[in-house]
Amino acid sequence: MSWINESGPYNGIVMSSRIRIARNIAGLPFPSIANREVSQKVVDMVRKSILESNSILSRDFDFIPLKNLKDVEKYVLVEKHLISPDLIERAEVAAALINHGEQISIMVNEEDHIRMQCIFPGFQVDKAWELLNKVDDIVEESIEYSFDENLGYLTSCPTNVGTGMRASVMMHLPGLVATNYINSVLHTISKVGLTARGLYGEGSEALGDIYQISNQITLGPSEEEIISNINIAVRQIMENEKMARQALVQSSKLEFEDSIWRALGILTHARKLSLQEFMSMLSQVRLGVDMGIINGIDVVTLNELMVKCQPAHLQAYIGREANAQELDVARADRVRKELSKVT
Amino acid sequence: MLCQQCQKRAATVHFTKIVNNHKTELYLCEECAKQKGDFKMFVPFSINDLLTGFLDMGKTAAPVGNQGLIRCKTCGMDFMQFRKLGRLGCQDCYKYFAEELNPVIKRVQGSIKHNGKVPRRAGVGLRLERQIQQLKAQLQKAIETEAFEEAARLRDQIRELEKQLGHL
Repeated sequence: MSWINESGPYNGIVMSSRIRIARNIAGLPFPSIANREVSQKVVDMVRKSILESNSILSRDFDFIPLKNLKDVEKYVLVEKHLISPDLIERAEVAAALINHGEQISIMVNEEDHIRMQCIFPGFQVDKAWELLNKVDDIVEESIEYSFDENLGYLTSCPTNVGTGMRASVMMHLPGLVATNYINSVLHTISKVGLTARGLYGEGSEALGDIYQISNQITLGPSEEEIISNINIAVRQIMENEKMARQALVQSSKLEFEDSIWRALGILTHARKLSLQEFMSMLSQVRLGVDMGIINGIDVVTLNELMVKCQPAHLQAYIGREANAQELDVARADRVRKELSKVT
Repeated sequence: MLCQQCQKRAATVHFTKIVNNHKTELYLCEECAKQKGDFKMFVPFSINDLLTGFLDMGKTAAPVGNQGLIRCKTCGMDFMQFRKLGRLGCQDCYKYFAEELNPVIKRVQGSIKHNGKVPRRAGVGLRLERQIQQLKAQLQKAIETEAFEEAARLRDQIRELEKQLGHL
């Protein structure tokens, strides 16, 4: 049930639901100052806590030391949202444990000793937490966490202390972007302790009208309260997005449908596509599919296509280093090929 | 001016690199600049900046000059280092920097009381510690009221719990 190639509830607007928690091992220095020996010890402890646990989950995980991967393979994992760019910066001492279905990943020696996450397709934050909570318990069976009665789970950066939890929901919001309502939505959620980022994390721009909504505050509210806050906000944003789409149709149905069909035309016929153009055309097509204007394609196909056409995935697809121009050609190629199966 | 890399789009990013006193200047378009990757594009305001901002505002207990002297006895990090790095060195930094750090945490997080999950392992210890504290208070009362039999019973109970705590 990976977020990339399976469908989930409210998949038309909500692309994925992700929970991440930060944990550190009691008595060991945090990764920012740990030496190689300590870092290696951390990797061994976390690997054993999963692979040698009694849980049925243990057989489901691959252990991946980052230094064994080629650059392009590392960035493929980033594009799948399974590891963070920060983990790559510490590749010498970092590792990841990823389950076969690619819903759970555990990063070792990122900013904290342990960063684990669960990512599901569509809108199912609660389910993601239910599973991640279990994984957390399994790791805790053999590892004692840094924990303080008042401050909760102690993290390398005080902005994560407490629950150590970041819940984030990835949403496709072309209606709100087109009607310019997006800024007021983002402004509003910031007032209730939530924040929005682009497709690939902090600071990345909102390519393809995709926004990740997540909590800022980690200390004070319980995990369940954090999740319930974000669920309420996401439901509201979803309603707003639907209204924005209706408003666009009502103001000019012809214009609206024309831009969707043109976008499909470009994707199915272009000979070169920059990432930016690809993402914005894909956004239109996804909108058209979700609104029943384009039939025969489903949103899962488009999610998959989106990830397959990110730079590292394309590099891997071509099988060699490629410059920007070559990537654009390969992207157009791949898009035509994938869409010709369904159109 | 056109981007020096792709020669197609307008250059909007001025990129200066100094290696061994040798200065290289590049004028790139946004896209090529991003793909260059050997420098970080400016990252818009994040909560980490906010944290540093709060730290720099420095309504902390110690004068700035003394902050270098506040040191974590476990890992050796001092408060100035933390301010620069934005990351703590170990779990005990929270204890040694508490006076400076807690007000900042309060401002950024809005709270300094965790109400979420408690790890089972630490949770058991916590519960035992609280129980022991309660029993010790009772013991004190028993001694004051000269209820020696009661006091002896409480003392044994405390010893038993302390033994359990030691085994965790």
